[in-house]
Amino acid sequence: MATITLETVRKSYGKTEVIHGVDLDVADGELIVIVGPSGCGKSTLLRMVAGLETVTSGRISIDGRVVNDLEPRERDIAMVFQNYALYPHMSVRANLAYGLKIAKLPKDEIARRVAKASALLQIDPYLDRKPRQLSGGQRQRVAMGRAIVREPAAFLFDEPLSNLDAKLRVQMRMEIKTLQRELGTTSLYVTHDQVEAMTMADRVVVMNGGIAEQIGAPLDLYRNPASTFVAGFIGSPPMNFIDPALLGGDDGGRVGTMGIRPEDLVLTTPENGTLEGTVAFCEALGADTLVHLRLKDDSLLILRTDGDPLEPGAAFGATFAASALMSFDPSGKRI
Amino acid sequence: MQKRVTFHNRWLPYLLVAPQVLVTLVFFFWPAGQAVWQSMYLPDPFGLSSEFVGAENFTYLFEDPYYRASFITTAVFSTLVTLASMSVALLLAVMADRVIKGSGAYRTLLIWPYAVAPAVAGVLWLFMFNPSIGVATYWLKGLGYDWNHVLNGTEAMGLVVAASAWKQVSYNFLFFLAGLQAIPKSVIEAAAIDGASFARRFWTIVFPLLSPTTFFLLVVNVVYAFFETFAVIHTITGGGPQQDTNILVYKVFKDGFVGQDLGSSAAQSVILLFLVGILTVIQFRFIERRVHY
Amino acid sequence: MVEKRGAGIWLTHLTLIVGIMLLCFPIWFAFVASTVTQADIIRPPLPLVPGPHLIENYTRALTTGVNAPVATMLFNSMVMALGITFGKLTISILSAFAIVYFRFPGRMLCFWLIFLTLMLPVEVRIVPTYEVAAQLNLLNSYPGLILPLIASATATFLFRQLFLTIPDEIVEAARIDGAGPMRFFRDILVPMSRTNIAALFVILFIFSWNQYLWPLLITTEPEMNTIVMGIKQMFPSGDDWADWPVIMATAMLAMLPPVAVVIFMQRLFVKGLIESEK
Repeated sequence: MATITLETVRKSYGKTEVIHGVDLDVADGELIVIVGPSGCGKSTLLRMVAGLETVTSGRISIDGRVVNDLEPRERDIAMVFQNYALYPHMSVRANLAYGLKIAKLPKDEIARRVAKASALLQIDPYLDRKPRQLSGGQRQRVAMGRAIVREPAAFLFDEPLSNLDAKLRVQMRMEIKTLQRELGTTSLYVTHDQVEAMTMADRVVVMNGGIAEQIGAPLDLYRNPASTFVAGFIGSPPMNFIDPALLGGDDGGRVGTMGIRPEDLVLTTPENGTLEGTVAFCEALGADTLVHLRLKDDSLLILRTDGDPLEPGAAFGATFAASALMSFDPSGKRI
Repeated sequence: MQKRVTFHNRWLPYLLVAPQVLVTLVFFFWPAGQAVWQSMYLPDPFGLSSEFVGAENFTYLFEDPYYRASFITTAVFSTLVTLASMSVALLLAVMADRVIKGSGAYRTLLIWPYAVAPAVAGVLWLFMFNPSIGVATYWLKGLGYDWNHVLNGTEAMGLVVAASAWKQVSYNFLFFLAGLQAIPKSVIEAAAIDGASFARRFWTIVFPLLSPTTFFLLVVNVVYAFFETFAVIHTITGGGPQQDTNILVYKVFKDGFVGQDLGSSAAQSVILLFLVGILTVIQFRFIERRVHY
Repeated sequence: MVEKRGAGIWLTHLTLIVGIMLLCFPIWFAFVASTVTQADIIRPPLPLVPGPHLIENYTRALTTGVNAPVATMLFNSMVMALGITFGKLTISILSAFAIVYFRFPGRMLCFWLIFLTLMLPVEVRIVPTYEVAAQLNLLNSYPGLILPLIASATATFLFRQLFLTIPDEIVEAARIDGAGPMRFFRDILVPMSRTNIAALFVILFIFSWNQYLWPLLITTEPEMNTIVMGIKQMFPSGDDWADWPVIMATAMLAMLPPVAVVIFMQRLFVKGLIESEK
């Protein structure tokens, strides 16, 4: 049970700065997902919290205690790795117990905690197997178990689901979320998958190029993105960005680009549309259909409709409520 | 080259490398330095003092017909050992690669002589070809050939080559077999469907694809013939008759240890050091290529 | 696989069998010679089947030998071979651990020092190495037989290579679990390397057992001879007849341990051999 605080945390490798000052306050019991494209610095940030990377400047505190100069083991944290990092020569039981054994916990206490974690994760039947005899999902559970038995102040997750297939990923992300809520352990979760961020997080940190672009609750980010980057990264299919000139409202270059979500657009006849174009292609997903309209300036506009696919080449218009339109300045900031 | 994450400890890494580095310095670099040092000095006949002579030991060596002869002997010896052991091994490996039933048994029977020490190999061959009691000598006499490697230099060379090559066949066989089994079977099948006969398939497909292994073994066998055959020479001929099997490594030992000619022996060591250096560089350049192959 | 039919397959088997016979021939003769009497040997030809004196010859070799009982030499060989093998494995795995898992000033220097020993085989520095050993009072001693041979660039590289293939996350997980460097080494690195250690053990044991030149230089007392170098010492220097049955029994005994290792640990042996030459 702990809070985690990051104060203008920076990281440089030699002369190259990769994290340009990140501030973050994680409340007790909160699940924060750090999301961003590869190379944005999200893993580095997590590894700094873990103590696997040194902090170049700034301060990281766990539960009010500055941990900058502490070894990982002194930080009271547990980590789940992308490739699980289970010790291949040890049984599942030994993997779970290893950290506790090093911490010199009494034998019966170790046994109690291992039993509790394995019951919670339903890995009882595999306790005496080696990691290589387990499936991907089972290994994932063992990796979780290794974190749980420590009863740490915080969990750190480094893309824990990216080695699993799509179906298992959906199941595991719900399991992790439920488990985290049950245990109430403060957690930092790094992923490149915005769906994981949206579905799991209490709050999301969107990172880009070494800075935290926006921090907020998932739906806040979706409804009120602070920049074109966040607007484009959160949501699938992504937000449409339209040249203001196409909407007729050029106000001296103050607005760089306009954004609108695909589901906020309505198809209509060409003459009734604010925007007009021809159908480039359609993706029928079953419940709904994505229509790609080619606009006059040759850019593509995506609409989410519930109709049948349309014939390519047909001319259509698109309308929307004025409130759904977002404006961004030329640097990408929300106006 | 190194891990992303490392442990931090001021003195522990030094403690960990200390034993290896200590042994290396005391038993490798110190003596090697001594060899270089001694190679430039000439001790007096009583070994009481020595005089700096610069490169004189080296010029003297290269003018010495025995030393030049030893170079030729070494070249002939290593060429013959390498060719003999590699060609026999390749033949056996190709055959073993062809059989499906019993290939495991053949492999076991063909690789265990690897474990026989060169010195023991020398004694075994010495026994077979002993001029008075040897079985092979007896059979050769039956064919009308009078074998006596103690007197005949060519026969002595033949015997040390045979013993050295015999011991090395297993090693080469193992690597050739591994190399052959690494060639994709589909390539050979495609050639067979293209109508190539076995011999043709071998020379146009298999042998070129095997070239990394072959080249690797070439270097290893030359190194073996240069250094590890010391024991074979020592047990069978002692470098004789006269100087006929006195390879470079044996001569260093004989001049320095038996003849007590320290300056010359040290100079010979330095020359050998250069040769090993060259061989090692070739070996490593080649390993780089093998990685990219 | 393009399967052979008819005559071709018989020719293949024939070649292999002839090859095996040629390879085994010298050893078979040595075995036969170790089971007959001196009188049988000096009247060629030697029979092709073993004689009845096996136990007698081997007992004589083991208990009396020529200069020293062969049992003593076998013991010396065993001490030397195990000493060198364990020594090499220990110091190589430790230095590879330091080089891969620590960053410290002089790391590259250590790496190159170890690497360069590849270029300095005993054979090219015979006399000075002998002198160093003599100055350190190592002549005719087990440390003298073992210490100068335990540096190993090959083994160090092998372990380094192996450690580099172990995922970084394993170290990180261990650090988060609270393991310090030596704990990680003992609990995780060594157990994870055990098959490679075993394979290397097999190769190094054979290599060490078969050492010839160094024992020849450093042991002058017959009591300290190893069996491999001791065989040569059993031949008389003059015109006397060599005691062939005893010598051949010794030769058989000298090859027994390494050959047994190859046959019974063939899988590890092949793995070790092929990996140590990469």
